[in-house]
Amino acid sequence: MDYEVNIGIEIHAELLTSSKVFCSCPVRFGDPPNTLTCPVCLGLPGALPVLNKKAVDFAILTALALNCQINEHPIFHRKNYYYPDLPKNYQISQYDTPIGINGYLDIESEDGEKRIRIRRVHLEEDTGKLLHSSGHITHSEMSFVDFNRSGVPLLEIVSEPDISTTEEAKEYLTNIRDILIFLGVCDGKMEEGSMRCEANISVRKKGVQRLGTKTELKNINSFRAVERALLYEIDRQIKVLSSGGEVVQETRHWDEKNDRTVSMRGKEEAHDYRYFPEPDLVPLEIDKSWIERLRSLLPELPDQKYEKYKALGLPSYDAKLLAHDIELSRFFEETVKIFDNPKMVSNWLLGDITKELKDRNKFISQTSLSPDILAEMLSLIEEGKISGRIAKDLLPELIDKGISPKRLIEERNLSQITDTESVLEIIRQVIRDNTNVVEEYKRGKEKSFIFLVGQVMKLTKGRANPKLVNELLKKELG
Amino acid sequence: MDLADLTAHSLIELIKKRDVSHLEVVNSFLERIERCESRIKAYLSLRDREDIISSIREDNPYSALLIAIKDNILVKGLRATCASKILSNFIAPYNATVIEKLNQRGFNIAGKTNLDEFAMGSSTENSSFGPTKNPWDLERVPGGSSGGSAASVAMGESVWALGSDTGGSIRQPASFCGVVGLKPTYGTVSRYGLVAFASSLDQIGPITKDVTDNALLYSIISGYDPHDSTSLKLEPYRFTELQQDIRGVKIGVIRELMGEGVDNAVKNCINEAINTFESLGAIVDEVSLPHIDYSVPTYYILAPAEASSNLARFDGVRYGFRAFGQTAEEMMSNTRGEGFGPEVKRRIMLGTYVLSAGYYEAFYLKALKFRNLIASDFNSAFKEFDVLISPTSPVLPFKLGEKTENPLEMYLSDICTIPINLAGIPAISIPCGFVNNLPVGLQIIGPTFSESMLFRVAYGFEQATPFHKNRPNVGGR
Repeated sequence: MDYEVNIGIEIHAELLTSSKVFCSCPVRFGDPPNTLTCPVCLGLPGALPVLNKKAVDFAILTALALNCQINEHPIFHRKNYYYPDLPKNYQISQYDTPIGINGYLDIESEDGEKRIRIRRVHLEEDTGKLLHSSGHITHSEMSFVDFNRSGVPLLEIVSEPDISTTEEAKEYLTNIRDILIFLGVCDGKMEEGSMRCEANISVRKKGVQRLGTKTELKNINSFRAVERALLYEIDRQIKVLSSGGEVVQETRHWDEKNDRTVSMRGKEEAHDYRYFPEPDLVPLEIDKSWIERLRSLLPELPDQKYEKYKALGLPSYDAKLLAHDIELSRFFEETVKIFDNPKMVSNWLLGDITKELKDRNKFISQTSLSPDILAEMLSLIEEGKISGRIAKDLLPELIDKGISPKRLIEERNLSQITDTESVLEIIRQVIRDNTNVVEEYKRGKEKSFIFLVGQVMKLTKGRANPKLVNELLKKELG
Repeated sequence: MDLADLTAHSLIELIKKRDVSHLEVVNSFLERIERCESRIKAYLSLRDREDIISSIREDNPYSALLIAIKDNILVKGLRATCASKILSNFIAPYNATVIEKLNQRGFNIAGKTNLDEFAMGSSTENSSFGPTKNPWDLERVPGGSSGGSAASVAMGESVWALGSDTGGSIRQPASFCGVVGLKPTYGTVSRYGLVAFASSLDQIGPITKDVTDNALLYSIISGYDPHDSTSLKLEPYRFTELQQDIRGVKIGVIRELMGEGVDNAVKNCINEAINTFESLGAIVDEVSLPHIDYSVPTYYILAPAEASSNLARFDGVRYGFRAFGQTAEEMMSNTRGEGFGPEVKRRIMLGTYVLSAGYYEAFYLKALKFRNLIASDFNSAFKEFDVLISPTSPVLPFKLGEKTENPLEMYLSDICTIPINLAGIPAISIPCGFVNNLPVGLQIIGPTFSESMLFRVAYGFEQATPFHKNRPNVGGR
């Protein structure tokens, strides 16, 4: 029996505003516990929230990037539930009138481009963080709360259950993450919790109209976890259904250690959040001019860059890699402005430079390499002044020290030997010194030719133009 | 006359003329506290005598005029218990905006006054630390929830006081204690640092011995505050217009608040007041506000709904009283079970219920609609009238324990004051008569931002009547 899968994804993204969403405490991570707090984000008696307009800007920006309609009168609601990391025991969130609604994101899937509808984009406050003395909530004698995170603006992005495979889920998540990063509203680090994800999953027999009973999956904190947790849960539900059982509507927890999902609470135990409009905030009005101001600030997003790079002649795989990497794409575009050979720039960026960056565990912005330096190096290659080999050797120094490649090759006398006479002189010397090998070559041993080229290169410390060496050596050997 | 019986404006005059010293004034109030407080129990905590005296600034008369602050308003370094066991050990770590404003003017705080727990009640009997007594009759309640503030002003244990008013909590105790209390327009006084009961209804306001003092204190505490999103970007009230006569002012008497359920003695006082207004040249007529009868049920849905959420933060996790529990959940549950009194629990349960899935539309949303209807009743009335009047309380100050067994009856005693909070408009209660030596209050209601008009009408009445000069018997030498 064939089954169809429906997955909806809920993403929480911490916004990179300089202050919290309802008070002026700084948004910063890694500070000592409870040092970035005030009466408002500690939920002290008498404290009142004041909305940070910058957080609204970020929410509108994201909603626009995800093709949403913007509600002109969004409403903040209180979501009431008790938990020690929630200082007021209610979260200021949005309910039936969020900032953005009815958007979509097109992703690549097995069957070509697929549209994933986005139900809503809303703004809310983050909670504090619980720390347990033995590391786990159930076996700890003591728990501590750090409220530095309390009140950090969170954006919730909820998709419709349009996702059918784990690959699509991953593609959707990656795309959202990249869009958030390109917008500059979130750093998208799932492993550090600045982007979090929950999913609802249901399975139905092919051809059945109604969606199957869904389960909600929590605690999926990495891209890897998303894939594995979804695979497990889809498999579990299919097994239940094909053995004649019924899927129970419940919230399930991804148990990373044991590689499985476990039931957290059933439908009966579901919270009644008793939403009602937050009376401490005044109605928010997002007028046309506010929306248009932000629309004009929308940067070029990965999808647009991808199309642009393909038009520049890059292969689609390379174009996609570059387009989704905010740093490399920026670097690429800057370099191409100075050195107009997109293919060559892309090859170097995605090849040797990426490898060097990986070795250093650094982003390109954390190195001394600049578009100017890269363009200079590529020009030297193109003008035949240095070989690719030499350029590769120079790369680590360019990355670590940011020295001008022109100066470097002058100082070290590394420029390519391109004058025929000098090369010929060395070739003749190599032939004299390797009569045996020359003999072998003449008897038909092709490999000997490569050895002789190598000897020439060795003697010139790699500075001889390889093409020239090939040409002249063949001629000399007759 | 004892200095402790004088109004703020007359004391300021005496100080400015150097007829009395700052210290003499302060001492007369401290003596009054010493003499009467053990019987009245207006205060939950008093500042040390030395602290009060060292707060005197010779160039600033306000520093001699002791002010009492309701214990749900945060004063940095002082306890803020809200008369609840759950906050019995809570020291305020920051100042409410109104306190900042008082501090800027050099005010001298006497102490924190008693209230119904979290301002929920009409008699100050719901205090976890015992009731306050009415200075006019120690067997009767001072009203509530700002009963401590009203009693302290009436008794001369402070010159003036701040209270908070969610459904009548300033006006009703002012009425019961024979003093003047203003519930300002919603949004004109910052709520930052007021422990929230029902956020959309709460408003801080002044309680004073006469209208002039009230206008003076209101001019000091009102004004925009960036820390309170619901605070309005308006110029603070300026102390003007008081002396203008009220000839030609159109006054509407709310028919629904003069009918059944209103004591005849109270009605008589209001009718006398109407005569006084007419003799001053005002035009008085009757007006009907058809939806006003729904005020009490509307209020007892909306206020508890907001309260159930506002009071959720008192869980023992971060501050206040903490009970023991094996788990975090059990600890929170036990803390709330032991920390809150019965009336607070009743309202939290009511509020939780009306917000629950399946009941929200039937209760909460319907109540919001009625709130709008009530507000529009007032709006139409103000097309015809400059101000409206009614009794502040339908009954005279009642005896301690008289209504504690019957919460519904207690709720109904707020029938005249609740509609004003629902409409977000201002109203002032002033003394308008005495029955068996018990004060009766007149409520004057105006449209939004009409505080100047309210003070003018109230002042006109006050000048024509002797009631504001009455002081309760100090007794017990």
